[in-house]
Amino acid sequence: MITASNISKKFGKLKALDDISLTCNKGECIALIGPNGSGKTTLIKSILGMVVPDSGTIKFNGANILHSWQYRSQIGYMPQIGRYPDNMSIGDVFDMMKDIRGPQNVLDEELIHLFGLKEQMKKKMRTLSGGTRQKVSAALAFLFDPEVLVLDEPTAGLDPVASEMLKEKIIAQKRKGKLVMITSHVLSELDELVTQVIYMQEGNLQFHKTIDELHAETGENKLSKAIANVMLKTSHEKNH
Amino acid sequence: MRKIIKYVVSDILQNRIVLVYTAFLLVTAFSVFSLEDNNSKGLLSLLNITLLIVPLVSIIFSAIYIYNSAEFMELLVSQPLKRKTIWLSLFTGLAVSLSISFLIGIGIPILLFQPNKIGLIMLGTGILLTSAFVAVAMLAVVKTRDKAKGIGVAILLWLYFSILFDGIVLFMLFQFADYPLEKAMIAVTAFNPIDLSRILILLQMDVSAMMGYTGAVFKDFFGTVTGMLTSMIVLLLWSALPVWLSTRRFIKKDL
Repeated sequence: MITASNISKKFGKLKALDDISLTCNKGECIALIGPNGSGKTTLIKSILGMVVPDSGTIKFNGANILHSWQYRSQIGYMPQIGRYPDNMSIGDVFDMMKDIRGPQNVLDEELIHLFGLKEQMKKKMRTLSGGTRQKVSAALAFLFDPEVLVLDEPTAGLDPVASEMLKEKIIAQKRKGKLVMITSHVLSELDELVTQVIYMQEGNLQFHKTIDELHAETGENKLSKAIANVMLKTSHEKNH
Repeated sequence: MRKIIKYVVSDILQNRIVLVYTAFLLVTAFSVFSLEDNNSKGLLSLLNITLLIVPLVSIIFSAIYIYNSAEFMELLVSQPLKRKTIWLSLFTGLAVSLSISFLIGIGIPILLFQPNKIGLIMLGTGILLTSAFVAVAMLAVVKTRDKAKGIGVAILLWLYFSILFDGIVLFMLFQFADYPLEKAMIAVTAFNPIDLSRILILLQMDVSAMMGYTGAVFKDFFGTVTGMLTSMIVLLLWSALPVWLSTRRFIKKDL
């Protein structure tokens, strides 16, 4: 569904992405992990067309996304930090997004109900707490029932109840055969979600493996331990 | 495009700074007209105040608003929208809402005290000036990533157009006092939308008679319909050109 081939991006002297190639298919739930500044967000932004890679191509359903914008109607994006114009109400934000996307047959308002946003529709964005803004971002990402979901640190700032609801929702979407990409630092909560792991470091793609492969290789059942294991191994190999 | 503009305009019109700006213009305009016994004298004072305040608020408010909308624009870019649409909607939203508050703040008093040709020309140039400075702010912002630096650039630009430009022109006039510069001055005014607006309105007033020979040359040009149309077009270019340049830049920008 999404194919990136040899994409590189430099910000000044910093290499944010270094010759990255990957393929993501339907029904997969992919975790993008790596330390801060490893290029995860840049990779996501390149897929969304916010950052234009210096070289390489990204294809969405076989079509190059460069200079194209229609393909984004099939993507739901939840940003790391959601900030909205101060004087818009929650209702305004949803209305505007519906206007932008045009008349849709299916609107998935489940998260709006679950998060109790329906009762707060008149509240202004500037009065909302960071967590509530995250809820709005999450509800927006799922609202149009997109084929691809890109979630940047989705559970950061959410309370445990809400983040559990969001996880349930992600699992349900995965079952429906959608492609989900998640970046997160909290590995423990990715355990039940992901089917594949992409590990990045300093703009390089260290590995792209399925969960089963990881488990088989490391003998660990927990994702966090498996990753730690792999990281130790790679650093060990480098030293010798 | 209309979809975004509607929401941006309603957001800005509810902004406290814009409300204060509107109220300030309204109070100033009413007090200026009530202080002067002669309404056209009042208009002259009002002209000087507007030419200082309108560009200042337009350029700085726009710059801050665009920086604060950075995350919101990222979200819009992730939607099925062209970047050009997003940027132009933002410009239109800012220009329209600041023009509305100008029309309320200055328009109502002018329609009450000076409902004539000069009053209308002043309202027209005020709107063109607002939109020109929103456009200049957008160009400054798109070229500077850092918020503090960008707002600094916006303030410097305002200082340049409001004060420094006149100083430079005056300096040149004294340096080349031996040459006939009156005609060249007309061309020079095109490089500053504030000066252009000032001359455009002043020449409609009786005080223009006191401006000497240069005033007479200016009147020959700006007093005619062609001259007025030309200067209106130049004012429009002050909006169009920065918007065009900044859109070209925004389309390629990494967010």
